[in-house]
Amino acid sequence: MSREGDELGVSTVEDLRPVPVMLGGVRGGPDARTLRRDRWWGSPLVTAGFLSAFIVYSTWAVFQNSDYFVGASAHRDLISPFYSPCLTYSCGLAGGSGRGWLFIAWWTISPGILVLGGPLGFRLTCYYYRKAYYRSFWQSPPACAVADGHGSYSGETRFPLILQNIHRYFFFIALIFNVILTIDAVMAFRLPGDGGIGVSLGTVVLVINATLLWLYSASCHACRHMCGGNVKQFSKHPVRHRVWKFLTPLNARHMQFAWASLTFVAVADIYVRLVASGAFHDPKIF
Amino acid sequence: MADVTMTVWRGDPSGGAFTDYVMPAVEGEVVLDVLHRIQAGPAPDLACRWNCKAGKCGSCSAEINGRPALMCMTRVDELPVGEPIVVAPMRTFPIIRDLVTDVSFNYTMARQVPPLAPRAPDAPDGTYRMMQIDVERGQEFRKCIECFMCQDVCHVIRDHEENKTQYAGPRMFIRFMELESHPLDTNDRRELLRQKMGLGMCNITKCCTEVCPEHIKITDNAIIPLKERVVDSAYDPVAWLGRKILRRTKRSAAEADADAPAKTHPTSADGPTPTPTAGIAASS
Ligand code: SF4
Ligand code: SF4
Ligand code: FES
Ligand code: FES
Repeated sequence: MSREGDELGVSTVEDLRPVPVMLGGVRGGPDARTLRRDRWWGSPLVTAGFLSAFIVYSTWAVFQNSDYFVGASAHRDLISPFYSPCLTYSCGLAGGSGRGWLFIAWWTISPGILVLGGPLGFRLTCYYYRKAYYRSFWQSPPACAVADGHGSYSGETRFPLILQNIHRYFFFIALIFNVILTIDAVMAFRLPGDGGIGVSLGTVVLVINATLLWLYSASCHACRHMCGGNVKQFSKHPVRHRVWKFLTPLNARHMQFAWASLTFVAVADIYVRLVASGAFHDPKIF
Repeated sequence: MADVTMTVWRGDPSGGAFTDYVMPAVEGEVVLDVLHRIQAGPAPDLACRWNCKAGKCGSCSAEINGRPALMCMTRVDELPVGEPIVVAPMRTFPIIRDLVTDVSFNYTMARQVPPLAPRAPDAPDGTYRMMQIDVERGQEFRKCIECFMCQDVCHVIRDHEENKTQYAGPRMFIRFMELESHPLDTNDRRELLRQKMGLGMCNITKCCTEVCPEHIKITDNAIIPLKERVVDSAYDPVAWLGRKILRRTKRSAAEADADAPAKTHPTSADGPTPTPTAGIAASS
């Protein structure tokens, strides 16, 4: 991604005349980890609890290797987002649908594992989740003005954390997943049997899931940068400016979309699982 | 009204401790008002910086109940009642006395931000044409009052003094972003940010944004866009390939030098000459 001004610009790294920084002055205040008395540990605790719950549930769900698909025979086409796109032959058997050319015949472990990497990488390198797990799991820092307690700190400058910089590639992978999950949501409009169109609770669940995933991706910081943030002179790029203007308020809610879409992926999986196992009958709305 | 107990850190580089002052409460006061009454009463030698009492000069930064805040903008009645109000100096900078710290680290870093290098004028009379949409992104950053609370709260230097030699900090990152997104600017500060200004040290945990009294979205609107710019230039193999193919010939440093409209002028005429080996040398 080159940008305007690249031809003119000079690298300034060689031109820097460094000014020495004075180190080691005596600091004021007491040598305490923090002087905060509010419940600063609350938010990292809730974050850690929520993320752990999701990790535990999703690991369990991905290794189930059953009840992730509701075929036309039972009701309509519903597939758990953890298993979509379903790349193995077992899905063909489970669903009896005709998307056969994708299926891998020899893979008999859970097909969820095959597609785990994309969304996982996207969320792991997401600027918001980075904040969330640096604070809650890595305690770096656990909360503002609370000491991180680590002996040394190099941020995201070294391996493996320097790999966070590839976030934008996961963004493109996530877009592919969004398209697939949107197709899944559209498939869920099919009525059982004759191929008519209708809406059930399952349809609604998958549509909300796909919508939240689109909102989560559209509000991504890398997306905002690539769609217009990297432009220097907006007046020369009115379309990109408009896109950037549109994405900016979404981007401000990135955290909310991150949590909502994460929660809903689990909700959608639970719902499909209940219907597929026969514990619940997917009610028709109209 | 009840009394208000203010626990103020008193001390200097040789050491210090908290001292309690019990003052009669006055309705509608801010923390700075109480400090002024302490100065007028029990402790005339209490040192604190202030100037505008309107949240606009950025002088009165301190840590109130453990959180960086402007003393002139923190109302006593929004703090928990019945508990002492703990006022301490900013932790990240060397202490001078009581609540006054030496914030010169920030000026040192500010001097290393390569200034605007404008492109050739748009019109023969030496003027430029810019639209409001070109400049409004940077206007958010002009709101900064240089209270340095974002620098104070940033754990990169708050908890790791040694990082100060290679870390510009959030206040300087917004300055970098203002220049990097400036429609007239031709300097490219991305390698500088990556190699010497510690942009990669920030782990976007957003404490700077949380404490900023001007509500500048430091992380979302400056640091992350800068990180993305550095990805463009240093970490994105596709972009790198694209540039290679598009530009084909890369100009030599001398050529670039010759027709560069304005090379970066180091603004630090007052700084000592650097040692040849060290980047930003640490001295004591
Ligand atoms: S977001 Fe980055 S710059 Fe801001 S306080 Fe956190 S580590 Fe420091
Ligand atoms: S960016 Fe905000 S917190 Fe930082 S110095 Fe400026 S006004 Fe203060
Ligand atoms: S998805 Fe969160 S920043 Fe890209
Ligand atoms: S006295 Fe000016 S900001 Fe508080």
